Amino acid sequence: MGTVSEARGGPKLLDREGFLAVAMLMPAVLYIVFLVGIPFVMAVLFSFSDVSVGSPTIDRFTLETFNDVINDPVFRRSLQNSFVFTLFAQGLVLILATVLAILLNRNFRGKWIVRLLILLPWATPIAIGAINWLWLLDSVYSPLTWILREVGLIGAGALLGPRNVIWLGQETLAMASIIAIHVWRMLPLSTVIILAGLSSIPQDIQDAVQVDGASFLRGWFQVTLPLIRPILMVAMLFGIIFSFTDMTVVHVLTRGNPNNTTQVLASWAFYTGIEGGSLAKGAATAIFLMPVLLGVAILMLRVARRTEVR
Amino acid sequence: MAVVEIRQLYKAFGEVNAVNDVNLTIQEGEFLVLLGPSGSGKTSLLRMIAGLEKPTGGEIRIGGVVVNELPPRARKIAMVFQSYALYPHMTVYNNIAFPLRSVGMDRINIQTRVERAAKMFNIYHLLQRKPRQLSGGERQRVALARAVVREPDVFLLDEPLSNLDAKLRALARDELKQFQRQIGVTTVYVTHDQVEAMGMGDRVVVMNYGRVQQIGTPQALYRAPANTFVATFLGSPPMNLVEQDNCIIGFHPEHFLPKGIDQHMQSPITIPFEVTRVEYLGSERFLYGYVQGVGERTRVVSNIPSLVQLAIEAGRTYDFVADLHDLSYFDKMSGDRIAPVRLQIAQAAGV
Repeated sequence: MGTVSEARGGPKLLDREGFLAVAMLMPAVLYIVFLVGIPFVMAVLFSFSDVSVGSPTIDRFTLETFNDVINDPVFRRSLQNSFVFTLFAQGLVLILATVLAILLNRNFRGKWIVRLLILLPWATPIAIGAINWLWLLDSVYSPLTWILREVGLIGAGALLGPRNVIWLGQETLAMASIIAIHVWRMLPLSTVIILAGLSSIPQDIQDAVQVDGASFLRGWFQVTLPLIRPILMVAMLFGIIFSFTDMTVVHVLTRGNPNNTTQVLASWAFYTGIEGGSLAKGAATAIFLMPVLLGVAILMLRVARRTEVR
Repeated sequence: MAVVEIRQLYKAFGEVNAVNDVNLTIQEGEFLVLLGPSGSGKTSLLRMIAGLEKPTGGEIRIGGVVVNELPPRARKIAMVFQSYALYPHMTVYNNIAFPLRSVGMDRINIQTRVERAAKMFNIYHLLQRKPRQLSGGERQRVALARAVVREPDVFLLDEPLSNLDAKLRALARDELKQFQRQIGVTTVYVTHDQVEAMGMGDRVVVMNYGRVQQIGTPQALYRAPANTFVATFLGSPPMNLVEQDNCIIGFHPEHFLPKGIDQHMQSPITIPFEVTRVEYLGSERFLYGYVQGVGERTRVVSNIPSLVQLAIEAGRTYDFVADLHDLSYFDKMSGDRIAPVRLQIAQAAGV
């Protein structure tokens, strides 16, 4: 009996809400402060200075770094590419993911294997995936080129001319390849998110659309789409953040080449700041990601709030 | 308005026959109720009439046309769902207008029809609200308005009252029935609630395990159930069943009364009744207990109207009577209704 009354005696530390709240929040707060907050403040400070790997102390504050960065044609190209990359990739992902989700939401034979195949790119480490793509898009050994040659699109007098396609060596093709691979990589997650949205629409509502005599397109645009809009927004905003800040595909495939025409902000910041050793310039470049990310973050919070109010 | 004919209809989900050889003709303007427990196939049957489910075999005709291969929109039907299935992002007006827009009706015609339907169901003041701002009863009326606005040939209702509270349900039942009489459209109504079925149906189809157990007017089903399933599914409390030799004898609780108030009975038989519990429900009294004289000792219920003031206590045995004409007889093996048999009643000692 003694032990029982002891165990029941006095409120325990973990029973106190004040303590529990602090204890639960602390890991997240520490993580944000040390791994996001401090680097962010440092980046802002660096961008107004002239620090480099060689002289890492801030001696003076200056706007010159920004001036240099903005006047750099590679930076301008990177900024433009970041938007092109994000817009095209996200647009394609949304359309393809929606179509896929609609198909996967239906019942057909072998559905599970199609689902598995579509999820595979997400489960593959991006480095392995991208190396595969390097091979697929190789200028000499590319199986794609081989296929094009076999079906008669490449060859003497053929549509694409007699020579191999240099997938990653030509400006437009390289950018298109990068976008295509990013789409391949992002598609599974968006599909799954939209699929979750579609399957959350009650069967009764889907039946009602049919009984009310709506065509597929009317049902889709007037009922299904409005009902999955919040979840579609989430998928899109996540996608924008992933795409706008991503440098993996560029880094593995082209390292920004040919001639820095496929650089994006994230890769250019990395190459100038870390590889080039100019911390200030790298930080200043990265700061340009901020307005877009901030905008997206605000939109996301609003979407979250709206779903909460519902 | 149309006649709905169902011929040898089957629906299999894998190995299970959800609907098994159903034959049924629903007359023009009739209010037909499909009644059965969950899993009896009544909803599958309704969904096949609607075109939301494809039959595995058999034929469905609406207005003389075989509709098996037609999509729901080509069948001139309207359906009200258990959850009402209102479009949550649309106003009430747009919800009701949706089926009209789907058939490409012009704006002015749509407005006239929506407003007429809204007035009919007394929801005109709610037209600009969203479904989430409505009460359960209001939602149900919006769903009905959306269903009738297209002036369908057949009206299908899938447990439309089950989400309402008991008080509202009684009112809605009355309104729904009146409205159906008023527009006279052929109606198929699915429910598991026998009170709804008895109260609303011109005819009731009792289903179990995908098969039709009995079709008939509520009175016919109640007076002469075709088998023990129907007998025990209808009525609250349901028919008492007592086994005797190879036969089962059934009698309704309200036909099993204390001796002395049996003047109206043509050929009363006396059965000793050991009362174990008395339940007062205001308008009536339920007596629970055992009968011993007929076959084995069996638990039965008696329902006495409150007009009968006779004092009855739990723990004592009384003489009760039932009219021979009110008894039903069923085969012990199949459970099917059979012709009356000779009763053997042993009088308990000391009564």
